[in-house]
Amino acid sequence: MSKILILFAHPALEKSRVQSQLLAALRGLQGVTLHDLYEVYPDLNIDVRHEQSLLLQHDIILFQHPFYWYSAPAIVKQWQDLVLEHGWAYGSSGTALRGKRMGNVITAGGPETTYSKEGWHHHTIADFLLPFEQTAILCNMQYIPPFTIYGTHRLTPSLIQEQAVAYRQMLEQLRDEQTRI
Amino acid sequence: MEHSYFFIAMIYLAAAVVFIPIARKLGLGSVLGYLLAGMVIGPSLLGFIGQEGQDIMHFAEFGVVMMLFLIGLELEPSLLWNMRAPILGLGGLQVLITTAVITGCALLLGQPLNVSLAIGMTLSLSSTAIVLQSLKEKGILSSAAGQSAFSVLLFQDIAVIPMLAIFPLLAGTSTTHSNGHSLRDNLPAWMQTFVVLGAVVVIIVAGRYLIKPLLRIVARARVRELFTAFALLLVVSISVLMSVVGLSPALGAFLGGVVLANSEYRHELESDVEPFKGLLLGLFFMAVGASIDFKLILSMPWVILGLVIALMALKSIILLVLGRIFRISIEQNLLFGMSLSQVGEFAFVLLSFTFQYNILPQGTVSILTAVVAISMAITPLLMMLYERLIQPRFNVTDKNTREPDEIHLQEKHPVIIAGFGRFGNIVGRFLRVNGIRATILDLDTDRVDTLQNLGVKVYYGDASRQDLLEAAGAMDAKIIIVAMDTVEQTLEVVKVVRKHFPHLQMLVKAENIPDTYELMDLGVLHIYRETLDTSLRMGADALNMLGVRAYHAHRIAGTFRKQEEKALKGLSAIRNDKKLYINTVKERIEELEKLMANDKITRWNSPAQGWDESSLINEANGEQ
Repeated sequence: MSKILILFAHPALEKSRVQSQLLAALRGLQGVTLHDLYEVYPDLNIDVRHEQSLLLQHDIILFQHPFYWYSAPAIVKQWQDLVLEHGWAYGSSGTALRGKRMGNVITAGGPETTYSKEGWHHHTIADFLLPFEQTAILCNMQYIPPFTIYGTHRLTPSLIQEQAVAYRQMLEQLRDEQTRI
Repeated sequence: MEHSYFFIAMIYLAAAVVFIPIARKLGLGSVLGYLLAGMVIGPSLLGFIGQEGQDIMHFAEFGVVMMLFLIGLELEPSLLWNMRAPILGLGGLQVLITTAVITGCALLLGQPLNVSLAIGMTLSLSSTAIVLQSLKEKGILSSAAGQSAFSVLLFQDIAVIPMLAIFPLLAGTSTTHSNGHSLRDNLPAWMQTFVVLGAVVVIIVAGRYLIKPLLRIVARARVRELFTAFALLLVVSISVLMSVVGLSPALGAFLGGVVLANSEYRHELESDVEPFKGLLLGLFFMAVGASIDFKLILSMPWVILGLVIALMALKSIILLVLGRIFRISIEQNLLFGMSLSQVGEFAFVLLSFTFQYNILPQGTVSILTAVVAISMAITPLLMMLYERLIQPRFNVTDKNTREPDEIHLQEKHPVIIAGFGRFGNIVGRFLRVNGIRATILDLDTDRVDTLQNLGVKVYYGDASRQDLLEAAGAMDAKIIIVAMDTVEQTLEVVKVVRKHFPHLQMLVKAENIPDTYELMDLGVLHIYRETLDTSLRMGADALNMLGVRAYHAHRIAGTFRKQEEKALKGLSAIRNDKKLYINTVKERIEELEKLMANDKITRWNSPAQGWDESSLINEANGEQ
């Protein structure tokens, strides 16, 4: 059984419709740690040592966040800049994260069709997440393809519930499987 | 001429007040100003003061004692220890060689050996008062030349002790008017040494274990003049003790100062003694000026002038050679040689001894006294010439070879913290862990003691005193943090800083809104209301506990703080119009409440709009 760390980032969760339901869905899930970055670090003053020790205690690291400007909210970048230290996460002696897996859990406003070569945004979500993928590789980690919920602007409550259940199942599968997805 | 004390005091003070500003305006320096003032009011010119000038000079010599006490205060024992080589080497050689050369010259001029030796020793000394005061005034006491001059002067003060012992031996006939005030005179030689060493030990031990606790008690009494009285008592007592055992009071005071240099009351002592020292030194310089006998000079101008020039040239040359040996750079060496070329005030004492012991006839003593006084009066002029003519050349030609200051009499910190209570304490600790050293002044004796015991270097003293701020390094500091215990104290400090140290950036703690207004009126830009940040942090935490996201609470608290500070600035202008003020405050409160209640709080909290997806959702749904 793998241990999953969810690095959750939402600057205005009080206004969120989908992410709040996703959080509710993973409540009580064994082997899954939810780490709410904006709640723990409202001043963005990230405790690097604490974050690193959290990473060491888990096997799978997931960034869960809304898709803002084709990327994550600001605190995720701040987190990456500070926590993934040279000599610890990468570089010739940076092997702390070797063998772990990393991925993104994304909620995007637009429908899936808009995230394609022909669509409104001209690229897929995976394309936009290239920096995350390469970050994982540089840190000796395996990158898991993103779990994306599209079209959140038009999702009805029942559809949101469906997605939340799917998310929970995905996490359970990720946690329990023996090898790669 | 008989005058009342008040009349004499009036003459001296008036002369100082008239001449010093003129001298400074002309760039002559205050020492020369005092000397000129003395000449003018002295018996030779206006004759406002007569022979009592001599008595006044002896009294005013106490200013020199105070000056050495102050210099000692700025010199920590370890620094003094570092200076042992220049003091013994440079100073010792200067006294020995100069004495020998001048003695030789006197012998060549046909004086007997004992007279020649007396003259040699007398004229080998330089003027601590004039040299140190001039160097200090020009701010070059910590330069290589200044430090070397200081070392030599210090050794000369030590050398006076054996000189005083030798003088009676030089007397040809046993003397009738002996000067035997000293306890030492009737003792065998080994006992004399013992007494001298004993006195030094007494000063060191008493300074450590008696004076420091006494200072604490006196400071705790919180009567300002009591502290001043104690400071004076200290210096006077040292002088008395030194005189009793036949040592130089100036040397004793210097030692006392060094012992107290580590004390937390250093700045307070410094600023209490400083004005007395200044006045007495001024008086001393005026007395020297007044003692110049123009009638005698006019009766034999060439002899006296020749003697002055020959003597000063001789002393300078010896100093220059020594400076060269001790590897002082040319530019600094010139200053060093020039600054010590005069004969010192102690020569007046030695000359009167030589007369008492029948070593020298009255005529010779008068001539030498005139020579000494003129050489002293010329010194500030020489230094001015050096500054105007010699130094600029060196600055232009080889700027880079100028030696750095070798010894700093005082550490210079970029920050001064005035008030080290709950508030200043945290600021100070925060700066400290970030490697910023601050000079800390506090007025609470108990607190100062406690902090001292914890190993925190805190100086007891009132930061609203200009002299004390100056002693704390306000001239070189960049920032002052004002966190006094009461509003009144805070306002005092702010006013003094604004007036005397406008270059200092002020960061000021305020307790409440009225304080803030007053500080705004004084033009303070950086005002920190004691309770504002903490209460908002508490409010944010309360919101968080009630379910508001921490990040939102944090941001909204920040916005509230900014809004509050902005509003205060607006209100400050109209606060004297009570009606308008109350109305405006009401409006502001309503405005704020409206903003909070309104769903469009996001507009007030404008950056949050980026995360508000409602318009996007509306648009997306509208497209359907």
